[in-house]
Amino acid sequence: MTLPAISVRSLVKRFGTSTVLQEIDLDVPEGKVSCLIGPSGSGKSTLLRCLAFLEEASEGMITVNGEALGFFENSKGERERLPAAQIRAVRSQIGMVFQQFNLWPHMTALGNVSEALKTVHKVPKAEAEERAMVQLTKVGLANRAGHYPSQLSGGQQQRVAIARALALSPKIMLFDEPTSALDPELTGEVLNVMRELAAEGMTMVVVSHEIGFAATVGHQISFLDQGRLLFTGPPSEIFAKPRHPRLEQFLDTYLDRGASMLA
Amino acid sequence: MIFDPNVILKHLPEIISGTGVTLALWLAGMALGILIGFLVATLRRYGGRLIDLPLGLAVEVLRGTPFLIQIFLVYYGGPFIGISLDPIPCGLLGLSIYAAAYYSEIFRAGYASVPHGHVEAGECLGLTQFQIIRRILLPEMALIVLPPSVNLAVILLKESAVLSIITVPELTTTVSAIGSQEYAFLEAIFLLAIIYWVIVECAARLGRLAETRLSTFRFAAS
Repeated sequence: MTLPAISVRSLVKRFGTSTVLQEIDLDVPEGKVSCLIGPSGSGKSTLLRCLAFLEEASEGMITVNGEALGFFENSKGERERLPAAQIRAVRSQIGMVFQQFNLWPHMTALGNVSEALKTVHKVPKAEAEERAMVQLTKVGLANRAGHYPSQLSGGQQQRVAIARALALSPKIMLFDEPTSALDPELTGEVLNVMRELAAEGMTMVVVSHEIGFAATVGHQISFLDQGRLLFTGPPSEIFAKPRHPRLEQFLDTYLDRGASMLA
Repeated sequence: MIFDPNVILKHLPEIISGTGVTLALWLAGMALGILIGFLVATLRRYGGRLIDLPLGLAVEVLRGTPFLIQIFLVYYGGPFIGISLDPIPCGLLGLSIYAAAYYSEIFRAGYASVPHGHVEAGECLGLTQFQIIRRILLPEMALIVLPPSVNLAVILLKESAVLSIITVPELTTTVSAIGSQEYAFLEAIFLLAIIYWVIVECAARLGRLAETRLSTFRFAAS
Protein backbone atom coordinates (compact mmCIF):
# COMPACT_ATOMS: atom_id res chain seq x y z
CA MET A 1 0.00 0.00 0.00
CA THR A 2 1.36 3.36 -1.02
CA LEU A 3 1.19 6.62 0.88
CA PRO A 4 -2.37 7.71 1.64
CA ALA A 5 -3.66 10.54 -0.59
CA ILE A 6 -4.81 12.43 2.48
CA SER A 7 -3.82 11.74 6.01
CA VAL A 8 -5.49 13.40 8.99
CA ARG A 9 -3.89 13.26 12.43
CA SER A 10 -5.48 14.34 15.74
CA LEU A 11 -7.60 16.94 14.02
CA VAL A 12 -9.68 19.14 16.30
CA LYS A 13 -12.05 21.83 15.08
CA ARG A 14 -13.68 24.32 17.39
CA PHE A 15 -16.16 27.06 16.58
CA GLY A 16 -15.91 29.43 19.53
CA THR A 17 -16.40 27.27 22.59
CA SER A 18 -18.07 24.31 20.90
CA THR A 19 -15.88 21.50 19.63
CA VAL A 20 -17.33 20.10 16.41
CA LEU A 21 -14.53 17.64 15.60
CA GLN A 22 -12.59 15.75 18.24
CA GLU A 23 -9.28 14.02 17.64
CA ILE A 24 -9.98 12.81 14.12
CA ASP A 25 -7.52 10.34 12.59
CA LEU A 26 -8.24 9.32 9.02
CA ASP A 27 -6.33 8.00 6.03
CA VAL A 28 -7.82 8.46 2.59
CA PRO A 29 -6.41 5.74 0.33
CA GLU A 30 -5.28 6.76 -3.13
CA GLY A 31 -7.48 5.80 -6.07
CA LYS A 32 -10.34 4.78 -3.79
CA VAL A 33 -13.71 6.20 -2.80
CA SER A 34 -13.94 7.14 0.86
CA CYS A 35 -17.37 7.99 2.21
CA LEU A 36 -18.15 9.96 5.34
CA ILE A 37 -21.55 9.14 6.76
CA GLY A 38 -23.34 10.13 9.92
CA PRO A 39 -26.31 12.08 11.23
CA SER A 40 -26.73 15.81 10.69
CA GLY A 41 -24.42 17.81 12.91
CA SER A 42 -21.99 14.92 13.28
CA GLY A 43 -19.22 17.02 11.76
CA LYS A 44 -18.76 15.19 8.47
CA SER A 45 -19.18 18.29 6.32
CA THR A 46 -16.86 20.27 8.60
CA LEU A 47 -14.25 17.52 8.27
CA LEU A 48 -14.53 17.66 4.48
CA ARG A 49 -14.28 21.46 4.54
CA CYS A 50 -11.10 21.12 6.61
CA LEU A 51 -9.69 18.85 3.89
CA ALA A 52 -10.49 21.58 1.32
CA PHE A 53 -8.96 24.16 3.67
CA LEU A 54 -12.24 26.09 3.66
CA GLU A 55 -12.12 25.66 7.43
CA GLU A 56 -8.85 25.81 9.30
CA ALA A 57 -8.40 23.03 11.80
CA SER A 58 -7.89 24.25 15.38
CA GLU A 59 -5.37 21.49 16.13
CA GLY A 60 -3.79 18.57 14.33
CA MET A 61 -2.27 18.04 10.91
CA ILE A 62 -3.49 17.24 7.45
CA THR A 63 -1.12 16.05 4.76
CA VAL A 64 -1.97 15.74 1.07
CA ASN A 65 0.26 13.27 -0.79
CA GLY A 66 2.84 13.79 1.91
CA GLU A 67 2.72 17.59 1.86
CA ALA A 68 1.36 19.55 4.82
CA LEU A 69 -1.91 21.39 4.17
CA GLY A 70 -2.09 24.82 5.78
CA PHE A 71 -0.07 24.07 8.89
CA PHE A 72 3.11 22.21 9.66
CA GLU A 73 5.03 21.28 12.76
CA ASN A 74 8.28 23.23 13.05
CA SER A 75 11.50 21.98 14.62
CA LYS A 76 10.28 23.01 18.08
CA GLY A 77 7.17 20.95 17.61
CA GLU A 78 4.95 24.02 17.29
CA ARG A 79 2.13 24.31 14.79
CA GLU A 80 2.92 26.95 12.20
CA ARG A 81 0.99 28.34 9.25
CA LEU A 82 2.44 27.85 5.78
CA PRO A 83 2.82 30.78 3.35
CA ALA A 84 -0.23 31.51 1.20
CA ALA A 85 1.41 30.47 -2.08
CA GLN A 86 2.36 27.09 -0.63
CA ILE A 87 -1.15 26.60 0.72
CA ARG A 88 -2.54 27.32 -2.75
CA ALA A 89 -0.11 24.84 -4.31
CA VAL A 90 -1.25 22.01 -2.05
CA ARG A 91 -4.90 22.97 -2.42
CA SER A 92 -4.54 22.84 -6.20
CA GLN A 93 -4.34 19.06 -5.95
CA ILE A 94 -7.85 19.04 -4.54
CA GLY A 95 -11.15 19.60 -6.35
CA MET A 96 -14.28 20.46 -4.40
CA VAL A 97 -17.95 19.94 -5.23
CA PHE A 98 -20.54 21.69 -3.08
CA GLN A 99 -24.06 20.84 -2.01
CA GLN A 100 -25.31 24.12 -3.50
CA PHE A 101 -23.23 23.76 -6.71
CA ASN A 102 -21.93 27.33 -6.31
CA LEU A 103 -21.70 27.98 -10.02
CA TRP A 104 -21.08 31.61 -10.93
CA PRO A 105 -24.40 32.86 -12.34
CA HIS A 106 -22.89 35.47 -14.65
CA MET A 107 -20.85 32.93 -16.61
CA THR A 108 -22.01 30.22 -18.98
CA ALA A 109 -21.29 26.56 -18.26
CA LEU A 110 -18.22 26.87 -20.47
CA GLY A 111 -17.19 30.09 -18.72
CA ASN A 112 -17.51 28.44 -15.31
CA VAL A 113 -15.38 25.48 -16.32
CA SER A 114 -12.69 27.48 -18.14
CA GLU A 115 -12.45 30.39 -15.66
CA ALA A 116 -9.72 29.06 -13.37
CA LEU A 117 -7.69 27.78 -16.32
CA LYS A 118 -7.69 31.30 -17.73
CA THR A 119 -7.25 33.44 -14.60
CA VAL A 120 -5.21 31.14 -12.39
CA HIS A 121 -3.21 29.06 -14.86
CA LYS A 122 -3.01 31.71 -17.60
CA VAL A 123 -4.02 29.21 -20.28
CA PRO A 124 -4.96 31.07 -23.49
CA LYS A 125 -8.71 31.46 -23.94
CA ALA A 126 -9.07 29.11 -26.92
CA GLU A 127 -7.10 26.32 -25.29
CA ALA A 128 -8.86 26.81 -21.93
CA GLU A 129 -12.25 26.52 -23.61
CA GLU A 130 -11.13 23.47 -25.53
CA ARG A 131 -10.06 21.79 -22.31
CA ALA A 132 -13.29 22.89 -20.64
CA MET A 133 -15.30 21.31 -23.47
CA VAL A 134 -13.52 17.99 -22.85
CA GLN A 135 -14.76 18.05 -19.25
CA LEU A 136 -18.27 19.15 -20.21
CA THR A 137 -18.40 16.30 -22.72
CA LYS A 138 -17.28 13.93 -20.00
CA VAL A 139 -20.22 14.90 -17.77
CA GLY A 140 -22.54 14.72 -20.78
CA LEU A 141 -23.21 18.43 -21.14
CA ALA A 142 -21.32 19.42 -24.29
CA ASN A 143 -24.62 20.65 -25.76
CA ARG A 144 -25.22 22.94 -22.78
CA ALA A 145 -21.87 24.77 -22.90
CA GLY A 146 -23.44 28.13 -23.77
CA HIS A 147 -26.17 27.96 -21.13
CA TYR A 148 -26.15 30.05 -17.98
CA PRO A 149 -26.61 28.22 -14.66
CA SER A 150 -30.15 29.60 -14.34
CA GLN A 151 -31.02 27.82 -17.60
CA LEU A 152 -29.86 24.43 -16.31
CA SER A 153 -31.55 21.89 -14.04
CA GLY A 154 -30.05 21.21 -10.63
CA GLY A 155 -28.53 17.96 -11.82
CA GLN A 156 -26.98 19.66 -14.83
CA GLN A 157 -25.64 22.46 -12.64
CA GLN A 158 -23.98 19.95 -10.35
CA ARG A 159 -22.44 18.14 -13.31
CA VAL A 160 -21.05 21.48 -14.57
CA ALA A 161 -19.64 22.03 -11.08
CA ILE A 162 -17.95 18.62 -11.24
CA ALA A 163 -16.53 19.48 -14.68
CA ARG A 164 -15.29 22.79 -13.29
CA ALA A 165 -13.34 21.01 -10.55
CA LEU A 166 -12.04 18.34 -12.97
CA ALA A 167 -10.77 20.96 -15.43
CA LEU A 168 -7.80 21.66 -13.19
CA SER A 169 -6.83 17.95 -13.15
CA PRO A 170 -6.98 17.50 -9.38
CA LYS A 171 -5.58 14.36 -7.81
CA ILE A 172 -8.34 14.23 -5.22
CA MET A 173 -12.02 15.14 -5.49
CA LEU A 174 -14.10 16.13 -2.47
CA PHE A 175 -17.89 15.97 -2.60
CA ASP A 176 -19.95 17.72 0.08
CA GLU A 177 -23.43 16.21 -0.07
CA PRO A 178 -23.47 16.61 -3.85
CA THR A 179 -27.04 15.33 -4.30
CA SER A 180 -28.76 16.72 -1.20
CA ALA A 181 -30.16 19.73 -3.06
CA LEU A 182 -31.54 17.55 -5.88
CA ASP A 183 -34.77 15.66 -6.28
CA PRO A 184 -34.44 11.87 -6.61
CA GLU A 185 -34.77 11.92 -10.38
CA LEU A 186 -31.83 14.29 -10.81
CA THR A 187 -29.76 12.58 -8.13
CA GLY A 188 -29.15 9.63 -10.44
CA GLU A 189 -27.40 11.57 -13.19
CA VAL A 190 -24.95 13.11 -10.69
CA LEU A 191 -24.27 9.77 -9.01
CA ASN A 192 -23.61 8.24 -12.43
CA VAL A 193 -20.93 10.81 -13.17
CA MET A 194 -19.40 10.09 -9.77
CA ARG A 195 -19.49 6.34 -10.43
CA GLU A 196 -17.62 6.86 -13.70
CA LEU A 197 -15.01 8.96 -11.93
CA ALA A 198 -14.59 6.27 -9.30
CA ALA A 199 -14.18 3.63 -12.02
CA GLU A 200 -11.38 5.71 -13.53
CA GLY A 201 -9.52 5.47 -10.26
CA MET A 202 -10.03 9.02 -8.99
CA THR A 203 -9.36 9.44 -5.29
CA MET A 204 -12.65 10.65 -3.86
CA VAL A 205 -13.96 11.70 -0.46
CA VAL A 206 -17.74 11.83 -0.41
CA VAL A 207 -19.97 13.19 2.31
CA SER A 208 -23.38 11.84 1.47
CA HIS A 209 -26.73 10.75 2.75
CA GLU A 210 -26.87 8.33 -0.18
CA ILE A 211 -26.17 5.23 1.86
CA GLY A 212 -26.82 3.10 -1.22
CA PHE A 213 -24.07 4.90 -3.10
CA ALA A 214 -21.70 4.60 -0.16
CA ALA A 215 -22.38 0.89 0.15
CA THR A 216 -22.01 0.09 -3.55
CA VAL A 217 -19.31 2.52 -4.74
CA GLY A 218 -17.42 3.29 -1.53
CA HIS A 219 -14.25 1.38 -0.71
CA GLN A 220 -13.97 2.83 2.75
CA ILE A 221 -16.75 4.05 5.00
CA SER A 222 -16.23 6.31 7.99
CA PHE A 223 -19.04 6.83 10.47
CA LEU A 224 -19.07 10.06 12.43
CA ASP A 225 -21.26 10.90 15.38
CA GLN A 226 -21.16 14.02 17.55
CA GLY A 227 -17.78 15.11 16.24
CA ARG A 228 -16.08 11.79 16.75
CA LEU A 229 -15.05 9.32 14.10
CA LEU A 230 -16.54 6.15 15.54
CA PHE A 231 -15.06 3.72 13.02
CA THR A 232 -13.66 3.32 9.54
CA GLY A 233 -13.64 0.25 7.34
CA PRO A 234 -14.71 -1.34 4.08
CA PRO A 235 -18.49 -1.44 3.51
CA SER A 236 -18.58 -5.21 3.89
CA GLU A 237 -17.31 -4.81 7.44
CA ILE A 238 -19.20 -1.67 8.39
CA PHE A 239 -22.58 -2.86 7.21
CA ALA A 240 -22.11 -6.49 8.29
CA LYS A 241 -24.10 -7.63 11.28
CA PRO A 242 -23.84 -7.29 14.16
CA ARG A 243 -23.37 -3.57 13.81
CA HIS A 244 -22.39 -0.90 16.25
CA PRO A 245 -25.63 0.13 18.03
CA ARG A 246 -25.24 3.81 17.02
CA LEU A 247 -24.83 2.85 13.34
CA GLU A 248 -27.76 0.45 13.58
CA GLN A 249 -29.90 3.28 14.93
CA PHE A 250 -28.67 5.60 12.16
CA LEU A 251 -29.34 3.05 9.40
CA ASP A 252 -32.84 2.40 10.73
CA THR A 253 -33.81 5.85 9.60
CA TYR A 254 -32.81 4.89 6.04
CA LEU A 255 -34.84 1.69 5.82
CA ASP A 256 -37.69 3.39 4.08
CA ARG A 257 -35.39 5.50 1.95
CA GLY A 258 -33.92 3.09 -0.55
CA ALA A 259 -31.30 1.43 1.57
CA SER A 260 -33.49 -1.49 2.52
CA MET A 261 -31.05 -3.94 1.00
CA LEU A 262 -28.80 -3.31 3.96
CA ALA A 263 -31.40 -4.31 6.48
CA MET B 1 -46.15 89.66 -12.29
CA ILE B 2 -46.15 87.96 -15.65
CA PHE B 3 -44.08 85.00 -16.77
CA ASP B 4 -41.42 86.32 -19.15
CA PRO B 5 -39.43 83.67 -21.05
CA ASN B 6 -37.24 86.34 -22.65
CA VAL B 7 -35.28 86.60 -19.41
CA ILE B 8 -34.16 83.03 -19.93
CA LEU B 9 -33.16 83.54 -23.55
CA LYS B 10 -31.22 86.66 -22.69
CA HIS B 11 -29.06 84.81 -20.17
CA LEU B 12 -28.77 81.55 -22.08
CA PRO B 13 -24.92 81.50 -22.22
CA GLU B 14 -24.65 81.84 -18.42
CA ILE B 15 -27.31 79.21 -17.89
CA ILE B 16 -25.50 76.80 -20.16
CA SER B 17 -22.24 77.45 -18.36
CA GLY B 18 -23.90 76.92 -14.97
CA THR B 19 -25.45 73.68 -16.21
CA GLY B 20 -22.01 72.61 -17.41
CA VAL B 21 -20.45 73.22 -13.99
CA THR B 22 -23.25 71.30 -12.29
CA LEU B 23 -22.94 68.38 -14.69
CA ALA B 24 -19.15 68.28 -14.40
CA LEU B 25 -19.16 68.44 -10.58
CA TRP B 26 -21.95 65.89 -10.39
CA LEU B 27 -20.26 63.37 -12.71
CA ALA B 28 -16.80 63.85 -11.22
CA GLY B 29 -18.15 63.72 -7.67
CA MET B 30 -20.07 60.57 -8.51
CA ALA B 31 -17.04 58.91 -10.15
CA LEU B 32 -14.79 59.73 -7.20
CA GLY B 33 -17.54 58.76 -4.78
CA ILE B 34 -17.95 55.37 -6.45
CA LEU B 35 -14.20 54.81 -6.45
CA ILE B 36 -13.67 55.83 -2.81
CA GLY B 37 -16.89 54.13 -1.74
CA PHE B 38 -15.83 50.85 -3.33
CA LEU B 39 -12.40 51.14 -1.72
CA VAL B 40 -13.95 51.81 1.69
CA ALA B 41 -16.36 48.88 1.39
CA THR B 42 -13.53 46.59 0.29
CA LEU B 43 -11.20 47.71 3.10
CA ARG B 44 -13.99 47.23 5.62
CA ARG B 45 -14.63 43.72 4.32
CA TYR B 46 -11.04 42.49 4.19
CA GLY B 47 -9.13 44.80 6.52
CA GLY B 48 -10.16 43.44 9.90
CA ARG B 49 -11.76 45.23 12.83
CA LEU B 50 -9.05 47.86 13.21
CA ILE B 51 -9.89 49.24 9.78
CA ASP B 52 -13.60 48.45 9.79
CA LEU B 53 -14.43 50.34 12.99
CA PRO B 54 -12.98 53.80 12.18
CA LEU B 55 -14.22 53.65 8.59
CA GLY B 56 -17.64 52.59 9.80
CA LEU B 57 -17.72 55.51 12.21
CA ALA B 58 -16.72 57.97 9.46
CA VAL B 59 -19.47 56.64 7.20
CA GLU B 60 -22.04 56.97 9.98
CA VAL B 61 -21.03 60.58 10.71
CA LEU B 62 -21.17 61.51 7.02
CA ARG B 63 -24.56 59.88 6.58
CA GLY B 64 -25.87 61.32 9.82
CA THR B 65 -25.15 65.00 9.17
CA PRO B 66 -26.66 67.33 6.55
CA PHE B 67 -24.59 67.94 3.42
CA LEU B 68 -25.10 71.66 3.91
CA ILE B 69 -23.25 71.53 7.23
CA GLN B 70 -20.49 69.30 5.87
CA ILE B 71 -19.79 71.66 3.00
CA PHE B 72 -19.83 74.67 5.35
CA LEU B 73 -17.33 72.95 7.59
CA VAL B 74 -14.95 72.13 4.75
CA TYR B 75 -15.17 75.57 3.15
CA TYR B 76 -15.18 77.84 6.18
CA GLY B 77 -13.57 75.47 8.70
CA GLY B 78 -10.86 74.19 6.34
CA PRO B 79 -8.66 77.32 6.57
CA PHE B 80 -8.38 76.81 10.36
CA ILE B 81 -6.52 73.54 9.78
CA GLY B 82 -4.61 74.91 6.82
CA ILE B 83 -6.86 73.71 4.03
CA SER B 84 -7.98 76.66 1.92
CA LEU B 85 -9.78 75.54 -1.18
CA ASP B 86 -11.42 77.47 -3.98
CA PRO B 87 -15.16 76.93 -4.25
CA ILE B 88 -15.02 74.43 -7.14
CA PRO B 89 -12.36 72.06 -5.73
CA CYS B 90 -13.95 72.39 -2.31
CA GLY B 91 -17.34 71.54 -3.78
CA LEU B 92 -15.91 68.55 -5.61
CA LEU B 93 -14.16 67.30 -2.47
CA GLY B 94 -17.30 67.70 -0.37
CA LEU B 95 -19.54 66.04 -2.93
CA SER B 96 -17.12 63.12 -3.46
CA ILE B 97 -16.78 62.35 0.24
CA TYR B 98 -20.51 62.67 0.82
CA ALA B 99 -21.14 60.35 -2.15
CA ALA B 100 -18.43 57.92 -1.03
CA ALA B 101 -20.14 57.40 2.33
CA TYR B 102 -23.36 56.33 0.66
CA TYR B 103 -21.71 54.36 -2.15
CA SER B 104 -19.65 52.43 0.39
CA GLU B 105 -22.89 51.23 1.99
CA ILE B 106 -24.26 50.22 -1.41
CA PHE B 107 -21.13 48.19 -2.15
CA ARG B 108 -21.19 46.69 1.34
CA ALA B 109 -24.68 45.41 0.62
CA GLY B 110 -23.45 44.28 -2.80
CA TYR B 111 -20.67 42.23 -1.24
CA ALA B 112 -23.10 40.73 1.22
CA SER B 113 -25.53 39.79 -1.57
CA VAL B 114 -23.11 37.33 -3.18
CA PRO B 115 -23.49 33.85 -1.64
CA HIS B 116 -20.35 32.94 0.28
CA GLY B 117 -20.21 29.62 -1.55
CA HIS B 118 -19.45 31.42 -4.81
CA VAL B 119 -16.35 32.87 -3.15
CA GLU B 120 -15.41 29.48 -1.68
CA ALA B 121 -15.68 27.90 -5.12
CA GLY B 122 -13.18 30.46 -6.38
CA GLU B 123 -10.84 29.83 -3.44
CA CYS B 124 -10.93 26.09 -4.05
CA LEU B 125 -9.96 26.65 -7.68
CA GLY B 126 -6.96 28.73 -6.66
CA LEU B 127 -8.20 32.23 -7.46
CA THR B 128 -6.56 34.96 -5.37
CA GLN B 129 -8.73 37.35 -3.33
CA PHE B 130 -8.15 40.04 -5.94
CA GLN B 131 -9.21 37.72 -8.77
CA ILE B 132 -12.28 36.72 -6.78
CA ILE B 133 -13.28 40.37 -6.38
CA ARG B 134 -12.69 41.17 -10.04
CA ARG B 135 -14.08 38.04 -11.69
CA ILE B 136 -16.81 36.94 -9.27
CA LEU B 137 -17.89 39.50 -6.67
CA LEU B 138 -18.03 42.63 -8.85
CA PRO B 139 -19.94 41.13 -11.79
CA GLU B 140 -22.30 39.28 -9.47
CA MET B 141 -23.13 42.34 -7.38
CA ALA B 142 -23.54 44.59 -10.43
CA LEU B 143 -27.25 43.96 -10.79
CA ILE B 144 -27.81 44.39 -7.05
CA VAL B 145 -25.93 47.70 -6.72
CA LEU B 146 -27.18 49.30 -9.93
CA PRO B 147 -30.68 50.48 -8.86
CA PRO B 148 -29.57 52.07 -5.55
CA SER B 149 -26.58 53.61 -7.37
CA VAL B 150 -28.82 55.33 -9.91
CA ASN B 151 -31.07 56.44 -7.09
CA LEU B 152 -28.08 57.89 -5.25
CA ALA B 153 -26.88 59.61 -8.43
CA VAL B 154 -30.23 61.40 -8.64
CA ILE B 155 -30.00 62.48 -5.00
CA LEU B 156 -26.44 63.72 -5.54
CA LEU B 157 -27.47 65.87 -8.48
CA LYS B 158 -30.08 67.58 -6.36
CA GLU B 159 -27.73 67.90 -3.38
CA SER B 160 -25.21 69.60 -5.65
CA ALA B 161 -27.50 72.66 -5.54
CA VAL B 162 -26.27 73.10 -1.97
CA LEU B 163 -22.87 74.05 -3.41
CA SER B 164 -24.38 77.44 -4.29
CA ILE B 165 -23.95 78.27 -0.60
CA ILE B 166 -20.16 78.34 -1.02
CA THR B 167 -20.45 80.35 -4.28
CA VAL B 168 -19.63 77.54 -6.69
CA PRO B 169 -20.76 78.97 -10.06
CA GLU B 170 -23.11 76.09 -10.73
CA LEU B 171 -26.67 75.98 -11.97
CA THR B 172 -28.49 77.10 -8.83
CA THR B 173 -26.03 79.94 -8.15
CA THR B 174 -26.22 81.18 -11.75
CA VAL B 175 -29.96 81.02 -12.17
CA SER B 176 -30.70 82.52 -8.74
CA ALA B 177 -28.41 85.42 -9.60
CA ILE B 178 -30.25 85.98 -12.85
CA GLY B 179 -33.51 85.91 -10.91
CA SER B 180 -32.36 88.63 -8.52
CA GLN B 181 -30.72 90.66 -11.21
CA GLU B 182 -33.75 90.70 -13.51
CA TYR B 183 -36.27 90.62 -10.71
CA ALA B 184 -37.67 87.44 -12.30
CA PHE B 185 -37.72 84.94 -9.43
CA LEU B 186 -40.57 82.80 -10.70
CA GLU B 187 -38.97 82.26 -14.11
CA ALA B 188 -35.64 81.42 -12.50
CA ILE B 189 -37.01 78.90 -10.02
CA PHE B 190 -39.23 77.32 -12.65
CA LEU B 191 -36.29 76.96 -15.06
CA LEU B 192 -34.10 75.48 -12.34
CA ALA B 193 -36.67 72.82 -11.56
CA ILE B 194 -37.04 71.95 -15.24
CA ILE B 195 -33.30 71.58 -15.89
CA TYR B 196 -32.72 69.41 -12.81
CA TRP B 197 -35.71 67.30 -13.68
CA VAL B 198 -34.56 66.75 -17.28
CA ILE B 199 -31.09 65.61 -16.12
CA VAL B 200 -32.62 63.32 -13.48
CA GLU B 201 -34.97 61.81 -16.05
CA CYS B 202 -32.06 61.13 -18.44
CA ALA B 203 -30.02 59.53 -15.66
CA ALA B 204 -32.95 57.35 -14.57
CA ARG B 205 -33.58 56.18 -18.14
CA LEU B 206 -29.91 55.35 -18.62
CA GLY B 207 -30.00 53.40 -15.38
CA ARG B 208 -33.03 51.39 -16.46
CA LEU B 209 -31.38 50.64 -19.79
CA ALA B 210 -28.26 49.37 -18.04
CA GLU B 211 -30.41 47.26 -15.73
CA THR B 212 -32.15 45.60 -18.67
CA ARG B 213 -28.83 44.89 -20.31
CA LEU B 214 -27.40 43.37 -17.15
CA SER B 215 -30.45 41.22 -16.52
CA THR B 216 -29.73 39.14 -19.61
CA PHE B 217 -28.15 36.68 -17.26
CA ARG B 218 -30.53 36.03 -14.44
CA PHE B 219 -29.37 34.76 -11.13
CA ALA B 220 -29.79 31.08 -10.46
CA ALA B 221 -32.02 30.17 -7.57
CA SER B 222 -29.49 28.49 -5.35
